[in-house]
Amino acid sequence: MTDVEALLFSLSWSQPELWLAGFALVATLVGAAFGDRASGPLSIGAALVMVIAATLAALHRPETPVVIFNGSLVVDGFSAAVKTIVGYSAAATLLLASEHLQRSGDRRFEFPVLVTLAVLGMFVMASAHDLIALYIGVELQSLAAYVMAAFRRDDARSSEAGLKYFVLGALSSGLLLYGASLIYGFAGSVKFAEIATQIGDGNAGLTFGLVFLLCGLAFKMSAAPFHMWTPDVYEGAPTPVTAFFAAAPKMAAVALMARVIYGPFGALEAQWVQVIAALAAISLVVGSVAALVQTNIKRLMAYSSIANMGFVLMALAAGAKEGAPAALLYMALYLPATIGIFAVIQAMWRDGKPVEDVADLAGLARRTPWMAYILTALLFSLTGIPPLAGFFGKYAAFLATVNAGLVWLAILAGLATVVGAGYYLRVVKVIWFDAPAPAFDRTGGAVVLTAGVSAALTVLVLVVGAGAVQSWIAISAATSFAAPPLP
Amino acid sequence: MEIGLSHFLAVGAALFTIGVFGIFVNRKNVIVLLMCIELVLLSVNVNLVAFSAFLGNIQGQVFAMFVLTVAAAEAAVGLAILVTYFRNRGDIAVEDLNLMKG
Repeated sequence: MTDVEALLFSLSWSQPELWLAGFALVATLVGAAFGDRASGPLSIGAALVMVIAATLAALHRPETPVVIFNGSLVVDGFSAAVKTIVGYSAAATLLLASEHLQRSGDRRFEFPVLVTLAVLGMFVMASAHDLIALYIGVELQSLAAYVMAAFRRDDARSSEAGLKYFVLGALSSGLLLYGASLIYGFAGSVKFAEIATQIGDGNAGLTFGLVFLLCGLAFKMSAAPFHMWTPDVYEGAPTPVTAFFAAAPKMAAVALMARVIYGPFGALEAQWVQVIAALAAISLVVGSVAALVQTNIKRLMAYSSIANMGFVLMALAAGAKEGAPAALLYMALYLPATIGIFAVIQAMWRDGKPVEDVADLAGLARRTPWMAYILTALLFSLTGIPPLAGFFGKYAAFLATVNAGLVWLAILAGLATVVGAGYYLRVVKVIWFDAPAPAFDRTGGAVVLTAGVSAALTVLVLVVGAGAVQSWIAISAATSFAAPPLP
Repeated sequence: MEIGLSHFLAVGAALFTIGVFGIFVNRKNVIVLLMCIELVLLSVNVNLVAFSAFLGNIQGQVFAMFVLTVAAAEAAVGLAILVTYFRNRGDIAVEDLNLMKG
């Protein structure tokens, strides 16, 4: 292939990214020309482009991994599945956000642009095949996220959340980068395929670099003990932004973690499996126990997400063959429930102001029954009660872990599930049995739609379609991580 | 004395440690935190360029260019967030970053 042919070939395999990048540039110009009036159309346009990108990624799923841009990116079944999940969940949270931001008077055209850039970063993370692409993807996602956390610029809590997120996020990027520099130095290349060939002799420098890299990635996926930013940022950031943080970036961070440990460091399994299992165990304990005492529903969801990252890490510790499809399935079933719960949280307005305490949900069943039914179903799904979707995700994670011989971790996760049921059911009890609090204001259409769709996905479709989702993901994962050829 | 790869790596490691410690020990001013973050990123650049020179491999220097660019963007975003924070609170002391706890 000549250089031009190689470039055209690479571009043809990166259509989802080109759509996102192109839209971000156009949207910036449109926003600059028309100001905040363009915010509504741009939000719809951005959501549409994300759906297009996700669909393109799902349809263009190659049989064997395709390495493009001179070994920087790889397109395979795993990246296709991740991009699909990221694209659809980001589009859903963006539509939700646009309604909420209009209501709170923060409707500015920068928001859809920032979300698009963050999603572009996540797509690069899902496809990263060298250390530079990994770093650029992470930073593109993170820099957009820092700004979004501080989006309500006249609110002290939002600015504080942004500042905390920025300082700790930059520190974690530094850790990740220091690890990357050591890996580059001791492997002699930034390309994953070439690093994989240097692993064999158990080089101490590479192990050292890998630990730094994993610490940085654990921060990005908010796994304990690198979770300290999560509750504060979830609480301080505007609710639609929190909903966004809780969904797509988590999937991208999990995907990147899988890429690193199964790709270049697949041969070092004996070393990373201990780190991943320890991260999983600490996340499960911290997430479950600390959530018990929370009164703010956004903080509660923050600890819930930490515990759920524990389950995903537990699945990842099971190795590429079983762990990758289990982690993907877990995320595919967990994200709709989270998005639905945040849709209901965004409907919590009273006297023209958003409220966010668990107590504000009291007696919801008597005030707004449809909302109570949806929230209860979604909370049961997160708890892992069959036949709801969350059960299948947890089942896959447990099965992979036990098959990999990590029985102690599976037992710990079982205990964490019981503790988790404690705080999820506390919310259910407040909804159904407490004396009603004053009613919420009328909710908008996007909230009803998103909450309804996510509940339907959780309750109905996945009972029928869990097998289909599972086989799609299994095929996607099976075509990846199979020692990609050198470019 | 011949200056070898290990000397450069030692400088990189020292800068990295000073930067990370600065973030945790500093209790005064958020600007100092930003300086510590820059220090961490620059220590990585020292590493990358040293490895690149001693391996005879250009990839490290390309990586260092990307790191420099991102560091500039990161500083811009950080200072912008710091300005909105200062407008709301009238102060940038690290001790006052405590509206949310738990």
